[in-house]
Amino acid sequence: MNIYLNLIWSYFKIGLFGFGGGYAMLSLIEREIVESGWITERMFTDIVAISQMTPGPIGINSATYIGYVVPGESGLTEWYWGILGSIICTLVVVLPSFLLVAYASHYISRHRESNAIKGIFAGLRPVVIGLIAAAALLLMNGENFGTETIDIIKSVSLCIGAFILVYWVKLHPIIVILIAGFAGWFLWSVI
Amino acid sequence: MISLIEKEVVDRRKWIDRREFLDMLAVAQSLPGILAVNISVAVGDKLRGLKGSICSALGTIILPFLIILAIAIFLTPDLIKNNPIISSIFKGIRPAVTALIIAPVFTTARSAGITWKTIWIPIVTAAVIWSKIPFVSNPIFFIIAGGLFGYIYYTRKAVNTTH
Repeated sequence: MNIYLNLIWSYFKIGLFGFGGGYAMLSLIEREIVESGWITERMFTDIVAISQMTPGPIGINSATYIGYVVPGESGLTEWYWGILGSIICTLVVVLPSFLLVAYASHYISRHRESNAIKGIFAGLRPVVIGLIAAAALLLMNGENFGTETIDIIKSVSLCIGAFILVYWVKLHPIIVILIAGFAGWFLWSVI
Repeated sequence: MISLIEKEVVDRRKWIDRREFLDMLAVAQSLPGILAVNISVAVGDKLRGLKGSICSALGTIILPFLIILAIAIFLTPDLIKNNPIISSIFKGIRPAVTALIIAPVFTTARSAGITWKTIWIPIVTAAVIWSKIPFVSNPIFFIIAGGLFGYIYYTRKAVNTTH
């Protein structure tokens, strides 16, 4: 049962400090969920991929999926433990929104032009970029890119190719993931 | 998703006029948490108080929740690992997902107006979190430090210019 209390505490922090959108939130999820050893880096990456391909915010999607998987990883393998975990995580990650909208939003909208509020957000902006970069760096590991030379070469080429497609060609992320999945099947299953 | 909410709340139901919605959106964007949930809570709160905000938040999360739950039940980690075809598909997807997160680093840096003078902040933040040094590599530490630093810098600058 302890696992649920830990999940609640972690997801409350993720909801409360998740400034700057879903991608910046990923580094918080990494820190709280992966570094606690509840799920592997590889599983985390798969969850991010699945979240990217389904509608809905990445914060919700990852909370639901991680909440379902984590109890099973700690021995609570019956199906209802997973569903309980997914309900708890999804509700807890949105809980801070209620507190903040109720208590902070009036203050922010009234003092939007004050130096204090402007300063806080000006200070957060560059940090948020660092958080997104950290999430990307943390994903570049042996579990995701392989450990043998040939796997690393394939993975790095796929990563560069996907970056070109999403950043310069401006393809939709879902299309890029579909192409990458097809390329993965071809590179690792066919040849 | 935000434009869908705007269409429904402003254009179809006419619950809130556009200017007020955009004001709410500006605040919701600056708050932590999931943007779609923040704006839903704000709209629900505006219309019917706490009960309204609970209903609108549940409405926003229920569909993604059910979709992901269905996927989680069928696409288990064991299946991804042991089915050779699914396993190879995910081997291709994982490096691409990394690329999908590298891309917003550059787009956000541009829109946030990062200059050569401030670029050290995201670099140090990312490097220290990546290094996994105990305590300081916590993202929360950087979020608090960034907000605090900006607060002190801006309020002191204001004091200096008024004197």
